[in-house]
Amino acid sequence: MRSEMVERESLVEVGNLDHRFPDRILRQPGGEALRACFQCGLCTASCPISLIDSRYSPRRVIKRILLGMRDQVLRDRFIWLCSACFLCQERCPQDVRPPEVMTVLKNMAVKEGILPQGIARMMEVFKRTGRLYPIDDFTAEEREELGLPHLEEEQEAVKRLLEE
Amino acid sequence: MRYALFLGCTIPARALDYELSARSVLKTLGIEVVDLDFGCCGFPIEAVDEGKALALAAGNLALAEEQGLDVLTLCNACTEMLSKAELALRDERRLSRVNRVLRERLGWEYHGGVRVRHLARVLYEEYGLDRIREAVNRPLKGLKVAVHYGCHYMRPSRVYGEFDDPEFPQSLDRLVEATGAESVNYEYKMACCGAGILNFDEEVAVEMARMKLDPLSRRGVDALVVICPFCGIMYSRYQSLILREGGEIPVIYYPQLLGLALGLEPDELGFQLNVADVEELLEKVGV
Repeated sequence: MRSEMVERESLVEVGNLDHRFPDRILRQPGGEALRACFQCGLCTASCPISLIDSRYSPRRVIKRILLGMRDQVLRDRFIWLCSACFLCQERCPQDVRPPEVMTVLKNMAVKEGILPQGIARMMEVFKRTGRLYPIDDFTAEEREELGLPHLEEEQEAVKRLLEE
Repeated sequence: MRYALFLGCTIPARALDYELSARSVLKTLGIEVVDLDFGCCGFPIEAVDEGKALALAAGNLALAEEQGLDVLTLCNACTEMLSKAELALRDERRLSRVNRVLRERLGWEYHGGVRVRHLARVLYEEYGLDRIREAVNRPLKGLKVAVHYGCHYMRPSRVYGEFDDPEFPQSLDRLVEATGAESVNYEYKMACCGAGILNFDEEVAVEMARMKLDPLSRRGVDALVVICPFCGIMYSRYQSLILREGGEIPVIYYPQLLGLALGLEPDELGFQLNVADVEELLEKVGV
């Protein structure tokens, strides 16, 4: 049952806490002010995603980080739901930067093998062509008809920078 | 005024109306732009690998630096990514780390000092409203439009400074008024389009777009004016999922609007490519 799942996910199991987790985030650009959070909740109150899905709460993500709930945080699908509108960042009285913290978390999740399908698909095209939207024949023709400059189908410099 | 024009990935493939109208308007106003072999700004892979995103941004800044040019952007996401990178690379350690990657893989290097400016900001801050008003020869009197800024145009303010208010911006309103059109106040004017999460959760993204479009469809505006291809695509291509027939709102890019006021023809401004029906809008303008 969903309610049980939510409850188990929310449990703070002291034995499973990773006390070094907050420090790992603090060391990343964007995560520096994490410990200043005093849980006022202005971020969640400002969040447009939270209006649509009330289970999404930047404040809760930040609190869980500070508690060291590493696994729950990195597995949480909500870290991917931040639309980076930056309203919370503008309003935070403690200069915490929740959208930048979400980026740090997403990077960490990816390193652990968590990559949402839509983003994996995007990355595949991106690595292969060096463009988010490759210039296919149809687009190339349309560009030419409109008198827009020719663009190569693929972007070599980007491909080289993306190589592992 | 001379800039390197930064198109990004989305505009040259999915928003040709924006690119065409921007080029036409810049030419008409005498703002010279140069096309360089720019690649992706880095924004789309920030969630996956911030370090690589920074390297992509730095590579583009290095290209502009080599030509001694500042960068003129059209996409809000590119603007934010490149501006943020420019700021981050003022830190010596991050700069030398990124340069190591650029040198190894491409033989490039970035030293710093390239300015990144969105088209709307250039028009507002540098070209100036007075000169735009002088250049208008077909004032768009009677036209009522709703403006949508898009979050990354002026946020985060730690990146952009205070060129416009991060919560109550006004530069785009003033730019619209300079064409003779009216910028109407409306509910959810500052709502986020949702495109940022489109490839993670389409349903939530569409709900975000609905937040603005639904009330706006009852407001009776002639167009929704945007300055970012992500916002443009979100509000135009997903509009049919949100609005029932009859409530259609033409979504146009600011240079399309400005171009009409400058006396340019709809075909020079990409109106033939718009998703929504723009006939009524063009009729009202008298072209």
